[in-house]
Amino acid sequence: MALPSKKIVKEIKVDIEKCTGCRACEMACSAFHATPRYSTINPAKSRIRIVADEIRDEYVPLRAADYTPSECTGRHVYLINGKEYSECSFCGASCPSRDYFVEPDSGLPLKCDMCESVPPLAEPMCVQVCGTDALTYVEREEDREQKVQPKRGQIEVGLEYLVQQYGIDAVAESLNELARVKKA
Amino acid sequence: MRYAETGFNLEIDLSRGSIEKVQTDPRETALYLGGQGMAAKILFERVPAGTDPFSPDNLLIFSTGLLHGTPAPAANRTVVNTFSPQTNLMSHSLFGGFFGPELKYAGYDRIIIRGKAPDLVYLCIHNDKVEIRDAKHLRGKGSTETGDLLKKELKDQKVQVAAIGLAGENRVYMASIEHNHASAARGVGVIMGDKRLKAIAVRGTREVNIAKPAEMFQVCQDIHQKMAASNDCGDWMATDEDDSFHHNHFAWGNARTRIKNYWSDELQERWTRWKYEHMDRQTGCYNCPKKCRNVINWPGKPRFGYKCFGKDTYHMAAFLELDFSYEILGVAQEYGVDSYATPQVIAFALELLEAGILTDKDFPGMPADSRGRFFYLLEKIVRREGIGDILANSVSHAARLIGNGAEAFDHNTTKKFEQLPIKLGKLNPAYFLMIATGEKMSITQIEGSFPQDPLPTPEERKAFVDKWEAVPDEKFKKYFMEWVKRSDISDERTCEIVDWNEAMHYIDDSIGTCGFVSSFRGQFGGGVPYHMNNIPQIIALATGMEMDKARLWKTFQRIRTLVRAVNVKRGLRRKDERPPEDHWAVRDEKYEQELLSKYYAFKGWNEQGIPTRQTLELLDLDYVADELEEDGILSADETGSAAQPVAEPAKI
Repeated sequence: MALPSKKIVKEIKVDIEKCTGCRACEMACSAFHATPRYSTINPAKSRIRIVADEIRDEYVPLRAADYTPSECTGRHVYLINGKEYSECSFCGASCPSRDYFVEPDSGLPLKCDMCESVPPLAEPMCVQVCGTDALTYVEREEDREQKVQPKRGQIEVGLEYLVQQYGIDAVAESLNELARVKKA
Repeated sequence: MRYAETGFNLEIDLSRGSIEKVQTDPRETALYLGGQGMAAKILFERVPAGTDPFSPDNLLIFSTGLLHGTPAPAANRTVVNTFSPQTNLMSHSLFGGFFGPELKYAGYDRIIIRGKAPDLVYLCIHNDKVEIRDAKHLRGKGSTETGDLLKKELKDQKVQVAAIGLAGENRVYMASIEHNHASAARGVGVIMGDKRLKAIAVRGTREVNIAKPAEMFQVCQDIHQKMAASNDCGDWMATDEDDSFHHNHFAWGNARTRIKNYWSDELQERWTRWKYEHMDRQTGCYNCPKKCRNVINWPGKPRFGYKCFGKDTYHMAAFLELDFSYEILGVAQEYGVDSYATPQVIAFALELLEAGILTDKDFPGMPADSRGRFFYLLEKIVRREGIGDILANSVSHAARLIGNGAEAFDHNTTKKFEQLPIKLGKLNPAYFLMIATGEKMSITQIEGSFPQDPLPTPEERKAFVDKWEAVPDEKFKKYFMEWVKRSDISDERTCEIVDWNEAMHYIDDSIGTCGFVSSFRGQFGGGVPYHMNNIPQIIALATGMEMDKARLWKTFQRIRTLVRAVNVKRGLRRKDERPPEDHWAVRDEKYEQELLSKYYAFKGWNEQGIPTRQTLELLDLDYVADELEEDGILSADETGSAAQPVAEPAKI
């Protein structure tokens, strides 16, 4: 079944000029994602970190993105309003070059989930607690890129391979089971 | 399981190089909360009465507040306590920022440092990994520069550093401890320097547990939002460009001269331009939505942050304008000196030169202009060179070392500590008591809940009390309604007002909350986010302890009385409790002494200001009474007790 042609994109807009570096967002994020909820506070487990350098007046709230097992091969250095920012200040990857977005005890990566929960929050927790409006939340509708439907021959090539690997009976049984679940 | 606190102290002996993680007794938390309360207990028990502040036996304690690391907004003021060589009493110092919460996330409620390192070291804490490391490469480095270098050395930008600059290294009495753009003043940097401890770098990635998680989070978020939206909290001086109050009313030079019509629109316009042309941003402290600190990037000088009256002290002492403060504050921050005391010391030296008590020979090569002289003397003091070696001992001690009449120029100290440069006309009874009996060495550390002045009309007073949530007792509303003339208020009411003012500071400094959202701010509007009516609930939700207003009030009384006992043990007596003689032009010695006696009695102290056994026992401080009796400070037949509400201590 094709996905709907529109999707909702959740965005947290960051105004780095408004950030005071208070880290209320880190506190609240770690509280919200604690189990049980709010039972512990630990900014090291936050999925948003303030990249702060008080001496050079750098304050960048940064949201945890995907895990990557390798460091990048090189980095941009951005010059913005006369101040230098490393590309790392804008990169949300959980990567080996720093300890952001890594669960401190297990070493597992942490990723921002926009505080999806039941019932849903009006805004992600970090945005709710930002007292200076450095973080604001926007939901935006966006066109989804439509994937081309695969041609019949392409599916058969895949099935042939599975039959070779597991035999026709196992594949047929799996397909029937899958069809039953999906159509239920 | 411990909630809100970690349950561990970090004990460091710099002489032996030992590091211990020591579990604490939760029953003590119930009695003393944390922060300054616990520190007072430790100082009372562990530092013998005659200990020289420069002895290795003196302790330097960095404490978190009980609510640090919890969702409680603006709970971030780290408390530093030790014994001061300037006052020979307990030093009380606070700094904002991120250090305290980080220490808690590392797993410690406080660091207790004794001994002296053979040479400069720094303490490196990363959770359970704690090391005393060589810091010779940091000798002479600026305070924030040290923080920056340690972040690079440890390859961790999230490390929080508290460091001394050159002034602390050279045991200057006015030395501060600096953390980013926050500063711990009032005489603690000197002991950090004496212990040869250049810095503490801390990084923590552990949990702080909350006893009643969902309720605590909700209550704190409500306060957080109220703080963000309210004009009744935070430092309004960070954005109010009209600073006529300090400039027209406070004294310039060596706390000497008032210039009543100094402020003008033209001046305000020029100063505002200087500020906004050089301000990078306003910053806040951990988990607080207020933007109290202005960060200034002045050409050719280190970037610095200032708060409150801190931007005025240097140029007012030097009879100059704001640009001079902006020029010198970054330099002073890197050297690590108290921006309240230091300008007074410099102005005092220049007065002595003018009076001929010091001569040009004492100031070789000093420029002729005020600007140049302040920079010259700052350099001499932080290096302890020439006359700077004497001035580095603070006004009071320098005056005695210089002699030859210099003592008369030491006119603005109480308990040998430099006071705010305020010289007024008629005695204000509440301020008399606060300056006389305060043991936090500055009026800013005791005043703050009850307004400084009455409101002119009954309607305005009514409007004020109607929204006054912070009163611990309805009687204060009545007092305010009936208050018309500043000095026209009964002594009994004055005692109660001073006690409430003091209570809020003692609570703040034990739970770690900031005075700008609590103890200091109510006097300017009343609508503070933290007060006696909601703090008990927050403590209970965070810690799981039973807590209510009566228990919290008793806890304040206990901590306050213990601090008094700590200082009494070191010789504090009635004779020391005098505001500067010229603080008010019109004085009445007989009335002042009567009022002081009434206040002592109100507090449950004897005529010398020493807590009686009865008072001490009522506050579960029997061991203090025993020791004061053993030392012959208290005789067993003393009577009198605190006339305040009492309750059971908090239970775990």
